[in-house]
Amino acid sequence: MKHTIAVIVENKSGVLTRIAGLFSRRSFNIDSLSVGATDNPDYSRMTMTVEGDRDVLEQVIKQLSKLINVIRVSELEPGESVERELAIIKVSADKESRSEIMQIVNIFRAKIIDISHRSMIIEVTGDEEKIDAIVQLLRQFGIKEMARTGKVSMVRGARIIKA
Amino acid sequence: MSQKMTGAQAVLESLKREGVDVVFGLPGGVLLPLYDAIYQSDIHHILVRHEQGAAHMADGYARATGKVGVCIATSGPGATNLVTGIANAYMDSVPMVAITGQVNTWLIGKDAFQEADITGITLPITKHNYLLRSAKDITRVFREAFYIARTGRPGPVLIDLPRDVTVDEVEFSWPQVDLPGYRPSVKAHEMQIKKAAKALMEAESPVIYVGGGVKYAGAHRELIDLATKINAPVTTTLMGLGCFPEDHPLSLGMLGMHGTKYANYAIQESDLILAIGARFDDRVTGKISSFAPRAKIVHIDVDPAEVGKNVRVDIPVVGDAKNALQGLLKEVSPKGRSVWNEKTEGWKKDYPLRYIPDMNVIKPQYVIEKLCELAPDAIITTEVGQNQMWAAQFFVHKDPQKFISSGGLGTMGYGFPAAIGAKMGRPECDVIDVAGDGSFLMNSQELATAVVNDIPVKVAVLNNGCLGMVRQWQELFFEKRYSATILGRASPDFVKLAEAYGAVGLRATKPSEVESVIRTALATDRPVVMDFIVNPAEKVSPMVPAGATLSEILELEWCDEVQSCHLEKIYAQGRKDILGQEGF
Repeated sequence: MKHTIAVIVENKSGVLTRIAGLFSRRSFNIDSLSVGATDNPDYSRMTMTVEGDRDVLEQVIKQLSKLINVIRVSELEPGESVERELAIIKVSADKESRSEIMQIVNIFRAKIIDISHRSMIIEVTGDEEKIDAIVQLLRQFGIKEMARTGKVSMVRGARIIKA
Repeated sequence: MSQKMTGAQAVLESLKREGVDVVFGLPGGVLLPLYDAIYQSDIHHILVRHEQGAAHMADGYARATGKVGVCIATSGPGATNLVTGIANAYMDSVPMVAITGQVNTWLIGKDAFQEADITGITLPITKHNYLLRSAKDITRVFREAFYIARTGRPGPVLIDLPRDVTVDEVEFSWPQVDLPGYRPSVKAHEMQIKKAAKALMEAESPVIYVGGGVKYAGAHRELIDLATKINAPVTTTLMGLGCFPEDHPLSLGMLGMHGTKYANYAIQESDLILAIGARFDDRVTGKISSFAPRAKIVHIDVDPAEVGKNVRVDIPVVGDAKNALQGLLKEVSPKGRSVWNEKTEGWKKDYPLRYIPDMNVIKPQYVIEKLCELAPDAIITTEVGQNQMWAAQFFVHKDPQKFISSGGLGTMGYGFPAAIGAKMGRPECDVIDVAGDGSFLMNSQELATAVVNDIPVKVAVLNNGCLGMVRQWQELFFEKRYSATILGRASPDFVKLAEAYGAVGLRATKPSEVESVIRTALATDRPVVMDFIVNPAEKVSPMVPAGATLSEILELEWCDEVQSCHLEKIYAQGRKDILGQEGF
């Protein structure tokens, strides 16, 4: 089972290593990880997707909380939070295929952010399933390159996860 | 009042403010400025002969006193030599601050001479670590390091100190600790205490299972009060030995792989286990799926991550053991003796720890019994293996700070330097390292440290000529193929080794000599190595085979005569080959 957790950490060098090291030595699996600054530059926020049952998740949260540089760890329940990923995809595109690709881009409310005679770069945001779906559709034209961020996630409503 | 000083002086001033009176270390190139400051300060520095010794000494000092132990090593190899000692302290939750030298900040990452990424290397074996990059951070980092090392679940903290940071000038200040991500849980939740108390009251066959957490929390008084108030038998782990006096009628001694039969039987038949400051280690639980099958489990631990890590817990109580026990004491009402008490006492009578005494050959267990008889209040440190288990089994432990052993990591070579550290912290106590001939050699160079600094520790080498615990397993599970476990009896001659260092060497080859050797050692105000030539084939018993259930504990045939002769023959053969002479 997959779980999403938000981790607020001190914005210091070596913190990512501490977290990655913890995961490898305790045999926890990270499916996805994204890190970025928060509104307070002293803190960063990580969103992680971890694989495992409830007991594993509990251990992940407790072990993370033990790290001195970790300020807060919270689970984000799938039903109660919004999740987004971003992908940029370079697709083969010539005169014949260009319009069909643009239709797909429109349907997915994605964007074309670069274009050349032979290719386009498409930017798409959404949850994992949506990105998987557009990738699937674009495959027929030939995906030359793809870069995906990990997931970022936030609880709906008034609840706040901050340092 | 602020004062200008060098980084090195700020380090020394920080140590002083943290109440450090002794440090164990060995200098090196990048540490020259720090050692120059040490030279000019009144801190007591013990020069070791190998940095691993420094780490174990700091560890032994910490366990014997409850204070934070401090060790110092230079960059590169000095720092990596500390690694085993740091890992050892981490596994056993020992408060320690390790200070390592580092190359100048502008050389870091350039593979400079004697550079090692020690913060990277020690990341998984420290509670936290720091690489200092500016002298202005020294005091804050030292203050945080000591705070982290001694609070919550204690552990080692490493501070990597680049050379230039120790040279730079800094205005001294002593800032308050401000760690937003570190909130050790100390006070147990009242609701959980109530639940735990209720479960204890309802239980018909409870067992209190105690680990090192009770020792670190200084909660042994409260433990005794609780156990006697509700008449619950108490078993301890290796780390918890001494937390509950073993001459108390409710004591079940140690549990687990080489624990007592009665402790293991009691655990397996209990309907409630109150675990305090213990972590359900595999050496304790045996086969985890059949551990205490009927028992409800209450787990008190200061580290929330330990609760539910290895076994399912019915009532978790996160908090300091002393605080939790005080809470429990208020909630429970006295309970009289029960059928359960009679049952556990019956097991104690029926299955005592024993061995077969011998008139001609020294039995290692006999040496431990004699040590206990002649020095009942001594601090006992141990190496790892058979010597450790016999010391655990046959010494009557009554004081939590007086049994010092490498539990989690199982570090051979730990006991002797730990003894030196313990003696530095508790000079009024006799300190005896129970050693094997294998482990003692791993840090015997510290004899020089003990002699030069006049630290009169005693070493009792149970000399069986082999790596006994591994040999025992080979005898039992590998059809007596003694692969790489035979050391021979006189490699080296421990009496001469002691004398070479300026220590006193004594030897006993017959049971009748044991007592006088121990008496002489205790009466000698110098470091002494006692070489006890013990039966080579003696095994540690009872034993729960690896992966078996605790109730499947076996009484081993302690000593197989054929094996004994066989081993003696191998030893004699070996000596003949090496020295061209027979016998010892």
